[in-house]
Amino acid sequence: MGLMEKIFALLEHGPGEHWGVHPDDRKRPAADAPVRILPLPERLHVPLQQHIGAAARPIVLVGQKVLKGQLLAEAQGVTSANIHASTSGTITAIGEITAPHPSGLPCAAITITADGEDRWIETEPAVDPFSLAPKDIAARIAAAGVVGLGGATFPSALKLGLGLRAKIHTLILNGGECEPYLSCDDRLMRDFAAEIVDGVRIMLHATGAQKAQIGIEDNKPEAIAAMTTAARKYAEITVCPVPARYPMGSEKHLFSALTGQEVPADGRTTDLGALVHNVGTAWAVHEALRNNRPLVERIVTVNGSAIAFPGNIRVPVGALVEDVLAYASLKEEPARLVMGGPMMGSLLPHTRVPVVKGSSGILALTAAEAAAYDPGPCIRCSSCVRACPVGLLPLEMSARIATSDLNGAVDLGLKDCIACGCCSFVCPSHIPLVHYFNHAKGELAAQGRTQLRNEAAKRLAVARAERIERDTREKAEAAARRKAERMAQKAAEAAAAAAAGNTTASEVTT
Amino acid sequence: MTGFVATAPIASPHAHSGGRVTGVMGKVMLALAPATLYGFWLYGWPAIHLWVITILFSLLGEAFCLRLMQRRAMPVLLDGSAALTGWLLALSLPPWAPWWLGAVGGLFATVIAKQVFGGLGQNLFNPAMVARVALLISFPVPMTQMVAALPLGSAAAPDFVQGLQITLAGMPNYDAVASASLLGHAKTELSRGIDLVQTLAGANMPALSFIGARTGSLGETSALLIAAGGIALMWLRIITWHIPVAMLLGIALPALIGHAIDPARYLGAGAHLLSGAAMLGAFFIATDYVTSPNTRLGQLVFAFGCGFLTWVIRTYGGYPEGVAFAVLLMNALTPAIDRLIKPRIYGRDRKGRPMEPLEEKA
Repeated sequence: MGLMEKIFALLEHGPGEHWGVHPDDRKRPAADAPVRILPLPERLHVPLQQHIGAAARPIVLVGQKVLKGQLLAEAQGVTSANIHASTSGTITAIGEITAPHPSGLPCAAITITADGEDRWIETEPAVDPFSLAPKDIAARIAAAGVVGLGGATFPSALKLGLGLRAKIHTLILNGGECEPYLSCDDRLMRDFAAEIVDGVRIMLHATGAQKAQIGIEDNKPEAIAAMTTAARKYAEITVCPVPARYPMGSEKHLFSALTGQEVPADGRTTDLGALVHNVGTAWAVHEALRNNRPLVERIVTVNGSAIAFPGNIRVPVGALVEDVLAYASLKEEPARLVMGGPMMGSLLPHTRVPVVKGSSGILALTAAEAAAYDPGPCIRCSSCVRACPVGLLPLEMSARIATSDLNGAVDLGLKDCIACGCCSFVCPSHIPLVHYFNHAKGELAAQGRTQLRNEAAKRLAVARAERIERDTREKAEAAARRKAERMAQKAAEAAAAAAAGNTTASEVTT
Repeated sequence: MTGFVATAPIASPHAHSGGRVTGVMGKVMLALAPATLYGFWLYGWPAIHLWVITILFSLLGEAFCLRLMQRRAMPVLLDGSAALTGWLLALSLPPWAPWWLGAVGGLFATVIAKQVFGGLGQNLFNPAMVARVALLISFPVPMTQMVAALPLGSAAAPDFVQGLQITLAGMPNYDAVASASLLGHAKTELSRGIDLVQTLAGANMPALSFIGARTGSLGETSALLIAAGGIALMWLRIITWHIPVAMLLGIALPALIGHAIDPARYLGAGAHLLSGAAMLGAFFIATDYVTSPNTRLGQLVFAFGCGFLTWVIRTYGGYPEGVAFAVLLMNALTPAIDRLIKPRIYGRDRKGRPMEPLEEKA
């Protein structure tokens, strides 16, 4: 940044950081309660798509007996992930279950009826991961179905491969957990610090990075202490407390907080030599490499004022939200059920929805916590402008989108929006700003797809017209050729006949 | 177990800061209260009556327009914006002005300057200042007729009924002392060819005091209490320092330079800052969300312009006071400022181009 830019920034925001918001974090007492284990539900509904990319392809049959950790469905294509059985039992259905999405639309899932034994599949003894080549570590992580546990659920092996190719020098571990209410990563860092640090070392080996920085928000002193102790032995791993501020857990913002650099627009942190992974992912990598265990369960924060016993619960993938809520007990009927954090989590249509690899929390919010107001007119207070961690003008963008001027919104930087929801959070008029932006992005993506389709159709039409023209031309040429040949033949025959006649005639005349 | 079923899809976030428009307006009114109460004490019942009438007619204008559009008036009136507009307008009127001045002004502010543009958030110009300027141009005599302060409790102060008579019937035979504000006095004397050094030393010079026992509209009397209210607004995070500081600098810098060059022609910075509506303008008028730019840098430019134009109008213009005109002129520039000055987007430079990847730091 130039000097001018520094003066501008100082005039605009004063010294220090300025972006984002400070929501009431409401992480305690749930964060301080020991992790409980969900009693095994009778049935588990394991969705085939719990990751970004293509859904996995089932390789089991209905009626088949499976063991915990057995492969149920295998990755299809490059961006996809394996899905494993989260308990032992019988496959009773390969059908559909409501997806954890506000639409309430179904998604494909494999139903396991548990036999109650929860017996792990036999595996060969684990080998020392540091004796493996980076490529083989990635293969094992892929085989274990590990995806990014920070919420984006991008297949982890792919991302590690990306880091290896980009020759990164720093691995950044995201322990920010900036969403209010959530404490699953906090709990994991407190209880499994050594395992996470081991996972980090394996990931360092797998990417070839020289050092790792673990960024943890300073509202989690216990996690910082536990991780610092666990990382003490390893000079290449440092624990870096960062200020608690939403959205600190955003990849680019954590990167900036740790390095003081900004990721160029349209770029990635790997362009600057850093790869960001969630701390939960490091734990999953440890489990996959050291214990040969695939990702079949996770810690889920169950929180919100409607919950009688808020806390963190180890939940097998595929357990229904209603099972989890029954275990944590509701003390009143929630006004809103949310999967994930309150800032970016999605509303649950009902409780018969499965917990998936990316489910960080289940929030049962009361009417008082999740008061919904009707949106009012924008008073141009520019609270959203100050809150936006990216430096956008949410009020101007939403005014454009309200009149369907999507390109106008793009010109204002819509594509740089990270959908963190800070603008909606602070808006005194309760305008659902981030909802507008997500809508506009979806609309633009749909327009883009339509355009691609139209172009493809146009190309086909042009090709067809050319083909027809060519065919007609060739046919005409062939016909002309045949006609010419016929004519030539006839002429030849006639000439021959004439020659013969002449001979006869001459004979006659002679 | 729960039978929970979501009735309608609700988009994230599922949390809110708790701030509401009504709260913002309420806090601004609270910050205005000390200066207003002080003005009430200083000018007595007529000022209170005028204040009530101006606010009532502002609300009436808003409600009338909403009914015309077949919308429910009550929820909109409760957002407090119309009442605040009326309040600010009342503070900019001569305290003993006749009732119809407040009534016409209140209606003008909410009907013409606000609802015609589309209501809250849509108006280009500050409604209270539009109304004040309209009144000043249409009714220059009652708008500039000031009386000397007669504090409540003093022997000469009108009581409640006399106050009503003054406001409703227009000062009939009341023994009030006509007076002029410092800016008005200075302008008049200057135009008579008497230079400022003599004027300011004169015996009939209007008092210039920080606490504000002086002639002027309610909002002009106590620079101290207005500034205190403004600082309270900063503390409440309703406004930031940018607009007030830039606007006061915009007035003070040219005043300092002018006064240094020719004290006989130009008033000093202190006189400029402490008289007229400089404080009210800097803390409460120019800081209006709707009509000011939405970036901090833009606000600095905007407010400096407000201050500078105020000084220009006061010094060279036909009117003794220029805050309202200056703010309206800069309001007109707000869309242009917003177009030119935008925040820097993460990962981009000010022009919106992606940043060059920085050289690797060791």
